[in-house]
Formats: sequence, structure tokens, C-alpha cells
Amino acid sequence: MAVTSETISTNRERLGSLKARISEPFVLVPILGWFLGALVAVLLEQLVGLPLSRALGMPRIPALFGVVIALQKPALFPSAILYDLLIYVLPIVLVAKLSASPANWVAARLFNFRPWVSVLLHISLLYIILHIWADISDYRLLVVRLIMVAILWTLSLNIINGYMGEFSCSHPGFIALGAYGASVFTVGLFVNDNILGAALLPESLARFMFPIGLILGGVIASLGAILVAIPSFNTRGDYLAIISLAFMFMVKSLIENLEVVGGPRGLGGQPDLATLPTVFIWTMLGIWIMNNFVRSTLGKALNAVRDGETAADAMTVNTRRTKFTAFLFGAFWAGLAGGLFAHVIRYVNPSTFGIQMLAENLAMVYFGGLNSVQGAIVGAVSINLLGEALRPLEIYKWLVIPLLLIVVMITRPTGLISFTEFDFTTIIKPKQKPEGEV
Amino acid sequence: MALLQVDNMTHYFGGLRAVNGYNLEIEAGQIRGLIGPNGAGKTTIFNLITGIYKPTEGQVTLEGQQLVGLRPHQIASLGLARTFQNLRLWRHMTVLEHVKQARYSKIEYGLVGAFFGTPERHREEDENERIAHDLLELVGIPQYADNVVTNLPYGAQRRVELARALAIEPKILFLDEPTAGMNPEELEQMMQIVRQVHQELGMAIFLIEHRMRVVMELCEIIQTLVFGEVIAEGGPEQIQNNPAVIEAYLGKEVVT
Repeated sequence: MAVTSETISTNRERLGSLKARISEPFVLVPILGWFLGALVAVLLEQLVGLPLSRALGMPRIPALFGVVIALQKPALFPSAILYDLLIYVLPIVLVAKLSASPANWVAARLFNFRPWVSVLLHISLLYIILHIWADISDYRLLVVRLIMVAILWTLSLNIINGYMGEFSCSHPGFIALGAYGASVFTVGLFVNDNILGAALLPESLARFMFPIGLILGGVIASLGAILVAIPSFNTRGDYLAIISLAFMFMVKSLIENLEVVGGPRGLGGQPDLATLPTVFIWTMLGIWIMNNFVRSTLGKALNAVRDGETAADAMTVNTRRTKFTAFLFGAFWAGLAGGLFAHVIRYVNPSTFGIQMLAENLAMVYFGGLNSVQGAIVGAVSINLLGEALRPLEIYKWLVIPLLLIVVMITRPTGLISFTEFDFTTIIKPKQKPEGEV
Repeated sequence: MALLQVDNMTHYFGGLRAVNGYNLEIEAGQIRGLIGPNGAGKTTIFNLITGIYKPTEGQVTLEGQQLVGLRPHQIASLGLARTFQNLRLWRHMTVLEHVKQARYSKIEYGLVGAFFGTPERHREEDENERIAHDLLELVGIPQYADNVVTNLPYGAQRRVELARALAIEPKILFLDEPTAGMNPEELEQMMQIVRQVHQELGMAIFLIEHRMRVVMELCEIIQTLVFGEVIAEGGPEQIQNNPAVIEAYLGKEVVT
């Protein structure tokens, strides 16, 4: 025992010093500098991506950093690596390093002017980068939107499972309620559909009514969550997990038996409303609101209920209200994300919202880290990217990803980034030299 | 009329009578003690008054308001704060967050403020943070404000519990064995803090203790509880010399 723990700790130290040596030249690069680097990289890909990939022997621009191509044709592995180096790594590193001091100057000016203006500018820049990157192929566009939807539902599940510490399995149910709620709204109103009848309103209105549909989906999911929230007043742990699992199956069989919305055949033909900007705006809004909530005293009450309900109660925290809020709030965002999901895929089917989706959701939450907004984002992005990139492995994909999850759970039992507070304004702050030499 | 009045409170756990016909009157600003051997029902009385258990019979009123049937958080918000015998801190939260959390019932910004970060919310959170810092100063642990509680020494953890209870702005403070498990030095400091808190904030205090010295030095009136019944009530001197109390603690002298 002693030997292994010692080896682990020396390994960790070595890893730590390696990490420090690599990151050392970049400690002064502000996030603005990295964004600039990424912008240059995606522009470069637009300009020379295709000829470069042809020259390297690849049929087209590798969609997800060449992993897919390398897995399909191992001979192309070096080309993929070279492509990543030339298009992404080198430009980002070079631009970030070279632009560090002007970027710091700009970041400082912006930050001192109005922090929220700076935040908005950073987010806009992020959007531009994503837009240009996703412009290369429809596949990328789809993956980016699905990842953003996954961020929303991972974060909303983290509210219940991480921040409040209940093991809720009902999330696919909430997502299904939201997906169907929003779909019925848009398909029923704006599309001539076999099941839901002729369009009631002109399709030009759909764009403006879409937020209403999404919020409606969220509200329906919240109403469903009451069924799980009330038992949670008196039950915790395993028992609540079973109740929430039952809820998930209830929703699934309800939809399967509801011929009005297509039953097991599913519901298709959603108008193409979940465009990249729409999904992006809703994701940012969701992150902002959920992060606001968990950082307030009302939101911290979730942690208090998790870490000691009796003490929370004795310290004036209304535990029932807190649980109720957490479930309904989490379900709202899950439902809203479900609505977005339905309009990204443009087809929903009750079998989508089953055990498999639950497993993926839970994996994203626990892989990324409990009680942490960054963790939820990291978890959603990495599990989704892995899932897409390892697609050529087919069924073996589901050997690799769970194995990775097990390794993470052994080394970091609460996930990659857990129990942290997320503050965007400190992230975008200009970087300064360590105190003493400013 | 007394600040807190308990009339004829009886409680059964199944067939076991844990508390029998308990009466209590606490005036504003008074310090009272409750002593008794292990298993006498002291903590049960705390739990009954603070709403964790509901008494089988009897009345509990705070400033004339009936407390029986209210939920613990409602009773706490009315101004009845407590600490726990076995520390019940929230293991992932910082010291400052603990104290701020106890301001929950004072928050007026509501969920809208929490979701959208309104100016109202920032004002209230800043105000609560200031109060929390002041309380940490009062109990003598301002240096730990941003530490997670599990990393703190034991004595400091006890003080976090005290500061957290004070954040409720209680009219009465219930202390369940505030010096349990402390070394003599920590004990001395704790007594000093309790005295100081009482002096500065002037609330009534009701405490359970095992260490006679603490009770005798701090309390004006002491009750002795044995098997759920009060066998003696009076000032420190009276209690110390009461044969029934001595018998309960040391046992009867057997004359042969």
C-alpha cells in the first residue's frame, strides 16, 4: 500500500513539474490572447485547410482534429497529427505568446471600462471562433450544437446531483418532456403535419415564437419535476434514485402510448430553428443564470442541504423550498435543452430518452466534476467529442469511454474539476506578473 | 411574561418516556444551564424545543408565539438558534459561507435576484458578508474566513458553529455542550467567547454541559435532569450542594 501511494505521489509530482514547465511561458497570456490565437487558427483553416489536407493525403479537412480519419486509416495518423500541429497548435501558441502584452493591455482597458462589456466582447469572440470553425462542414455544425445542448443538460443535472447531492435519474424524462413540449408547439403551429394537422400560423413567425416554445418545454419539464421533488422531502439517496428512475420510465411509456404525438414512431419535421447563434445564446444564458443561482446564498442552500440537512434546517434554511427549487430549476433547463435538442436533430423519438441517455448524462456530470460549472462544461465537451471522435471504433467506443471514466474516478473521485466557483470576470482579467515585479 | 416558556412538555419514543412534564422559563438576557447524566434527555429537550421532534404533549411559546408544530427553520427564523453536540458543519463550504448561509431567512431578493444577479442581490449579499466578517471577528477566527471547514482545528470548528448560530440574530441561543472534546486551553477560550457574546449581543443563552466548572461559572440558574425529569432547579451553589444531584452523578453511598 505504502509503496504504491508513494509511487503515485512521485508520479504526480513529476507530472506537476512537467505541467509547470510547459505552462510557464504562457502564464502571462490572458484569455483574450488565446481567443486571438484560436481565431487565427480557424481563419487559417478556412484559407489553407483544404489544400493542406490534400497535400497531406487526406480526402478533405479532418472534421474532428483528424481522430476519425486516423482511426479509419491508421496510415494517415502522422498526417492528421501534422495537420493539427500546423493548423491549430502552432498558430494558437504563437499568436497567444506574441500577442500577450498587447492583449493584456486591451483586456485591462476593457476590464477597467466596464467588466460586463468585456465579458460580452469575449463571448462574442468565442462565438465568432465557433462559427468559423463550424462553417467547414455540416457535421461540425451539428456536433457544436449538440455539445452546447449537452452543456446545458449536464449543468442542470449538476444542480441536482452535484450541488444538492441527490442521485436523480429522471433527467432523460425532463429532457423528453421539454423536447416534446417545444416540438408540439412549433410543429403544431407552424408546420403542415400528418399527426398534428395543418399549420395555424405562417412559418415566418416561427423564428420569433421559438423562445416561447422552448420556455414552454422547460415549464412542462418543471411541472413533471414536481412528481420527483415531493418525494424528495422525506426520502434521500437510493430510494430517491429509484423514484426518479421510475419517473424516467413513466415519461417514456407515456410518450410511447400517446398517439397524438406520434407514439413510438416519434415526431419529426421540426422547423430548422435551432441555428448556431440561437443555441449559443441559450447556452450562454443558461450558464449565466445557473451560475448566478449557485453562487447566491439561496443557491448555496443546496450545498447546505447536501452536507447536512438537519443543520441547514436549524440555520433557518427552508429545506423543502430549497429541494423544490433545485428540482424544478434543474428540470426547467433540462427541458429547455431538450427543446433545443429536438430542433437540432429535427426528429424526436421516445426511445432516445432512455437508459443510454441517462448513462451519458451521468457520465458527463461525474467525469467533469461535481458542484462545478467548469466541470459540467469540461465533462459535456470531452465526453461528446470523445463519443464523436471514437465513432469509427463502433461498438468498442463503449469500452473505451467507460474505461476512461473508471480511470478518472480512481484518480479523482469527484471528477476532473469539482467543488469550484465559476467567475467569468476573473477569467477574462488581464494577467499580471507575480506580485513584487508588477 | 417569559421570553421562552415551556409548559409541561412530555415526549415518548415509542413506549419509552424520554421527557416527562418538563417546564422552563427563560427571561431575556438570562443564562441558564441544563445538566444531567448521559441519556437523561438533555439533547432531546433541545430537539423538542427547536422543532426537530414534535412533543407528544405540552406547549412551547417564544414571546407568546406557539412553537409546537412549526418546522425547525421557522422556529429558527423566529430567533431561536442552536449549536450541535456533534459538530454539524457543511463539509464542502467555507467558514464565511457557513455564516452567510445562516442569514437565509433575512434574504429578500428572492429567486429572481438569485437567477439574474440584480443590484438588490449584490447589496444584500455584501451586507451579509460584512455581518459575517464581524461575527467571525467576535468569535476570534477572522483568519479562517476563506478556509473549508474540514481543514480547521477542532476548537475553530466549534467557533464556526457558534458564529453561524449568531448570524440568525437569535433572541435565545441554545448551546449543546459547547466545550465537548476541548482541551483546557480551548475550554478557557470558549468560556471567554460565550461571556463576550452574551455581553455584546445580550441574548438569552440556554446551555447543556457536562463540565461542572463551565456551568457553575456561566449560569445563573441550573436545572438537573435525570431520566427525563427535572430533579433540581436553582443557583449554582444550591445545585452543587443538592443531595439528589450528587446522588444522580456519583451514586448513593451504601452504608453497611
